Amino acid sequence: MIDPNQVQHINIKIFAKEPAAINLADTIPVFHNWIRNSVCEEMLVDVADYRHVPEGPGVMLIGHQANYSLDNREGRLGLLYNRKEALPGTFRSRLNQAFGAALRATELLEDEAPFRGKLKFNRGLTEIFVNDRLLAPNNEETWHALKPEIQEYFPGCHLEHHGEPRDLFRVIATTR
Amino acid sequence: MKASNPFWKSQLGDRVPSQMSTELDVYENEIALKKQGKIEDRVFAETRLRRGAYGQRYDNGQRSDGQITRKLQFPSEETKGPNTLWDAPGMQRIKIPYGGLNAPQLEVLADLCEEYSDGIAHITTRQDVQLHFIHIDDTPAIMRRLAAAGITTREACGNSVRNVTACPIAGVCREQVFDVTPYAKAIAYFMLGHPDCQAFGRKFKIAFSGCKDNACALVRLHDFGAIAATREVNGELKRGFELWVGGGLGPVPQQARLFDEFVPEEEILPIGQAIARVFARLGEKKNRNTARIKFLVTKLGIAEFKRLVLEERAILPYDPAWTAFLKDVPQEVEEPLKAPSLLQIDAAWPTASDRTGFDQWRGTNVYSQRQAGYATVTIALPLGDITAAQLRAVADISRKYVKETVRSTVEQNLVLRWVTEADLPALYEELTPHGLAVATAGTVMDVVSCPGTDTCKLGIASSRGLASELRTRLMTQNATQNATMHEAIRGLRIKISGCFNSCGQHHVSDLGFYGVSRNKNGYTVPHFQVVLGGEWTHNAGAYGLAIGAVPSKRIPETVERITGRYLAQRTEGESFQAFVKRIGKAECKAMLDDLTQVPSHDQDPSFYTDWGDAREFTIGDLGVGECAGEVITPIDFALVACEREVFEAQLSLDSGQFEKAATMAYESMLHGAQALLKFKFFFAPDDPEKIVPDFRTQFYDTELFFDPFARGKFAQDFFKAHEHGGRAASPEAAHQSIEEAQLFIEACYSCYARMSAAPVKAMA
Repeated sequence: MIDPNQVQHINIKIFAKEPAAINLADTIPVFHNWIRNSVCEEMLVDVADYRHVPEGPGVMLIGHQANYSLDNREGRLGLLYNRKEALPGTFRSRLNQAFGAALRATELLEDEAPFRGKLKFNRGLTEIFVNDRLLAPNNEETWHALKPEIQEYFPGCHLEHHGEPRDLFRVIATTR
Repeated sequence: MKASNPFWKSQLGDRVPSQMSTELDVYENEIALKKQGKIEDRVFAETRLRRGAYGQRYDNGQRSDGQITRKLQFPSEETKGPNTLWDAPGMQRIKIPYGGLNAPQLEVLADLCEEYSDGIAHITTRQDVQLHFIHIDDTPAIMRRLAAAGITTREACGNSVRNVTACPIAGVCREQVFDVTPYAKAIAYFMLGHPDCQAFGRKFKIAFSGCKDNACALVRLHDFGAIAATREVNGELKRGFELWVGGGLGPVPQQARLFDEFVPEEEILPIGQAIARVFARLGEKKNRNTARIKFLVTKLGIAEFKRLVLEERAILPYDPAWTAFLKDVPQEVEEPLKAPSLLQIDAAWPTASDRTGFDQWRGTNVYSQRQAGYATVTIALPLGDITAAQLRAVADISRKYVKETVRSTVEQNLVLRWVTEADLPALYEELTPHGLAVATAGTVMDVVSCPGTDTCKLGIASSRGLASELRTRLMTQNATQNATMHEAIRGLRIKISGCFNSCGQHHVSDLGFYGVSRNKNGYTVPHFQVVLGGEWTHNAGAYGLAIGAVPSKRIPETVERITGRYLAQRTEGESFQAFVKRIGKAECKAMLDDLTQVPSHDQDPSFYTDWGDAREFTIGDLGVGECAGEVITPIDFALVACEREVFEAQLSLDSGQFEKAATMAYESMLHGAQALLKFKFFFAPDDPEKIVPDFRTQFYDTELFFDPFARGKFAQDFFKAHEHGGRAASPEAAHQSIEEAQLFIEACYSCYARMSAAPVKAMA
């Protein structure tokens, strides 16, 4: 039986509207500036460039508690917030923390000089992952345990459980 | 770090073999004891290294942001080794003996890179897999999950027997003498944790090759390299190995020496054990820079080394494991999933235009096996990187088309063995949407690179940044030529290391590069030494030498110029190595002279950053120092002159004057030392008998000259050369003297950079 409040490492991906409009290379100086100016709550360490990998993690900002990336997995560009450090509280509070961090990062990116007017995020389309297969395997049991919590956080959104058993637990929330 | 860490042990239960489970319990306890302060840093560092848990860049808690060096505020001040913070991300190396992987193993690697790392598994130049940005607290869970899939990380790092490598096409190779896989596997598990392999002064690398001529296993750059051989004994064809020992790259590259033309198969494990014992007993322990077995072989001479090994072999207590594996060798043969069948290309694509992509891919990535009707397919991975989704796709495909017969390669790729030829079109179609059917395998576009400054603590310049840039440009060039890049260029190899340690194997490449730095216009500028003359084939048949340093941002132009010249001026059938030899290194160097220039920072600041990195380049905490400006100091000129002298020494060696070459190499070191003395004191003696002791007192005894990794090694090479009066007894010795001189000059540059950054000059 899955207890939602035991679930940690919630990831959030918010998709870009017109990914072709931006040059991913521009993310590198932006993320270095984020480290220099400590713009995130997390302690930031370095930037990893995976632009050469097809449908890969794109450009990543490595942090201690979490990573941020302009991620291109499945060929869908978006801001991915990957929570690494466990958090106290409830599932709801952790989801709120991850979504808040991701949302803030999208706002910051949209306002960065190389992306201004070009990069727009679709905040009505959010992907929620749990990056821990043991705590939240991608199966019906997890879905039934977490769906009410997620639905309560995204009221009015259509939720869809995705992926195969080998994948991370994944739900897509779409504004109706 | 992961909330699920405490639960994996019970979750996996007896899926983890009991011995491995016990070992991992011990490791977990050691972590707990370290946290309680009951284990010394140095001891714990070696403990985790022997489990493959390695340090990573910035783990000392400092990082330059391009303007200043800042402290990284990790939550804990605790350490996991000397100057290595507990919370700093590290690297987990995972041993893959002979590169062999099955589908569940690919899947567990996918899960781990997704859950604990940055979503990428990295294939190394020794067929390992590495995960980066790992927290030390996660390593026991990672190791348990690997162990449940039959993978160990034990002795993946540290002073131990590292991953045993072998040709990825062993068993299916058309030119092999026999399949070396069972032997590589046997020695890997025989040596793993063996009591005779626990007291080395340095690492020990083993490779197996099925033939002499090809490059797949690079036997001659290994500590222990075995090439399959047969011999007729009493009318019966016996299996054995041509055995080479004492090879290695790094700061003092050395080709392996022939230990024996034929070691019978039943003797390969006991001879390996005897070599391990001799190495453990007589190898250097205190000075890690001279602790590899190559130094012992050189010191003793191969004849004496062999005598000692055979003497040791004679007294070894019998171990049934030496030969127990032999009875299984006939059954160790891999089997195909499907019956052989030939390619029916027209059925897949009725017209030739439909199959352009397939034809290109087939031309580069498909190898016809010795078994008719079967092919081995290479999945070319950019820079050795593969995502979790791609790993799962490879796992699925390996179940569908072959019997999960996957191997990693030293060219940082994966191969699928035993694909029926008839399945090639369908396989191509299945690989394509995952980005796994890129037609670059075995070509100049398939650039090999070590991690370099991306994650390695020792990296000087961005080898991966450069590799990515070269790959993109070469692929674009190939695409614009409708994939008709000339065969002579297409077949070249490019290998890049971030520093002189040669993890990118730049010595054995057509075009090799390794990262260095230069002080220009008051800034530190990333450069790469251009290495020519290396031979990849014949199991790493020859090592190249550096002809000069070019700014990092001009390496793409360097590649274009050298390959363009080769294409235009080669004679029919002339190899790249033969071409370089014919036109001479002086001409090669002259060809690049204008590319060595660095524009001022105002003119083009891009030269002062590295590929894929927006920060101003630094080799430490150096920012824009006190000596910023346009003034060229005498030491700049002096060190350039030293480089020229080393290069001229190479020319002498190439022309057969090895004694002169060694003397010139020594003199270049002498002048480098003199230049540093002058920089520090505005005066230096001319007499070598005064330069050397002054240098020793001022730079060696004070450790001012010490490299963070190699410590005093380069200075020791200089002292040794001075003792010998710069003489060399053979061309090989002269070659080594040139290598040492080159690195000594690099160390002079580094020392100069450190002194420029520090307030030393002002005090002087």
